[in-house]
Amino acid sequence: MTANILLAGFGGQGILFAGKFLAYKGLLEDKHISWLPSYGPEMRGGTANCSVIISDDPIGSPIVSSPDILVAMNLPSLDKYEKAVVPGGKIFVDSTLVGRAVARTDVESYCIPATQLAVDMGIPTLANMIMVGQLIRRTRAVSFEGLEAALRKVVSAKHADLLEVNLSAIRAGYDLA
Amino acid sequence: MAEKVLMKGNEAIAEAAIRAGCRHYFGYPITPQTEVAAYMAKRMPKIGGTFLQAESEISAINMVYGVAGTGKRVMTSSSSPGVSLKQEGISYIAGADLPALIVNVQRGGPGLGGIQPSQSDYFQATKGGGHGDYHLIVLTPDSVQEMADLTALAFDLADKYRMPAMLLADGTMGQMMEPVELPPESGCTVEKPWAVTGTNMARKHNIINSLYLDPEELEKTNFERFERYRYIEEHEARCERYMMDDAEYCVVAFGIAARVSKNAVSALRKQGIKVGLIRPITIWPFPKQAIAEAAEQVRAFVSVELSMGQMIEDIRLAEQCRRPVTLCNRAGGMIPTPEQIMEAVKRLEGGNA
Repeated sequence: MTANILLAGFGGQGILFAGKFLAYKGLLEDKHISWLPSYGPEMRGGTANCSVIISDDPIGSPIVSSPDILVAMNLPSLDKYEKAVVPGGKIFVDSTLVGRAVARTDVESYCIPATQLAVDMGIPTLANMIMVGQLIRRTRAVSFEGLEAALRKVVSAKHADLLEVNLSAIRAGYDLA
Repeated sequence: MAEKVLMKGNEAIAEAAIRAGCRHYFGYPITPQTEVAAYMAKRMPKIGGTFLQAESEISAINMVYGVAGTGKRVMTSSSSPGVSLKQEGISYIAGADLPALIVNVQRGGPGLGGIQPSQSDYFQATKGGGHGDYHLIVLTPDSVQEMADLTALAFDLADKYRMPAMLLADGTMGQMMEPVELPPESGCTVEKPWAVTGTNMARKHNIINSLYLDPEELEKTNFERFERYRYIEEHEARCERYMMDDAEYCVVAFGIAARVSKNAVSALRKQGIKVGLIRPITIWPFPKQAIAEAAEQVRAFVSVELSMGQMIEDIRLAEQCRRPVTLCNRAGGMIPTPEQIMEAVKRLEGGNA
């Protein structure tokens, strides 16, 4: 199986971090993985996106131009990438920030009020990981087991206190029906 | 097997260089290669090495020239506009027959260009970017693993042949993360009796120089150097052949273009089109033999490049006009899609049917 994942949003929403977590999770499951960020000025406030491929087979191009899975955390991202998703693919939308539904009818869409939920939970910066939790539930691109080991790879030791809140954000996203 | 770690390509270069015994790094920041310098800044002071951010690229390459004269493993890294600035120093290093590593994580040009990935420094890297008759050994990684492995190989080849080597990558290779098994600790294994390390009054002093005012003597250094180049062309050309056994069409691509081409080749194979890929791992020396052999077998070539068509000239020289060679390209920081490459191959099929 190969999951071609595209995560997109504003710089600062933790798009690259969420992608890095998924990549490490895949690595710890002995999958082939690649992670390719957009880089440059957009990292500091514009749109940010990141291609993550998790596969049972060696990966050719690391560029995801036709995603199986799209995570859109703002409206410009949904507008830009909705058309690129393969038929039968899955689109995850942060409905707090995206003021419209997914227009495509040949994909499965999941609208999650991730930013609102994160605020309600007192972890306003972790809407990204709520989206990741939902993504894991709906796609099984990676397993829901062993989240902490993968988080330890991306949360630096000096921020170890953030492990627990990241875990609860992923779980909250996973539990959303 | 050693543990695989997830690293950016730029970080893999830096770590591999340290493991290869490089303790001297001189550079100047530029997107998209800055992580090389950042990694060196963090690590070198802890292992007794030198990290120095020079006041300019020109200054950095001349510091490299200085350390190279002592025989120590030394490197610099930059991206396209910065590598242009280094060309004078690179020519001096080549003229003085010194080993060193220059990394170019290319971005779109010409001029200040952009910051997105490109392969448009091919001519500069392979044809001698500075003045005078010289070559660099040029290695072209297509994965984070090769960013590490070819860095180590570049140091070895530079030492072996007493000449500068270049790792020619691009923005995607520098910025992407993949699992990498880091190469073991190594170091220089050849004697360097030419190095300026102090005579202890026990031997005649060595001179590192690229100035020869006597033209006969200068000609002799050029002829000797090109004897060495001929040997390298015969022995050090490297490439990967992918699905070439029964191929009727041959895609030629390196670096990120090769990664995208592999997707296109696999998809075309599923449609029953017999296509393969030759991926140069060295572009100087260019894998001429592999291309010449493929020309006996295939009906046509497609050169896939992130440039306006530079490698295509080397392909044509190698296949000696026996087959059509077409270009499939994007430029300025854009990357061809697998679909664009598939169409280019299918056009060949139409033309030959």
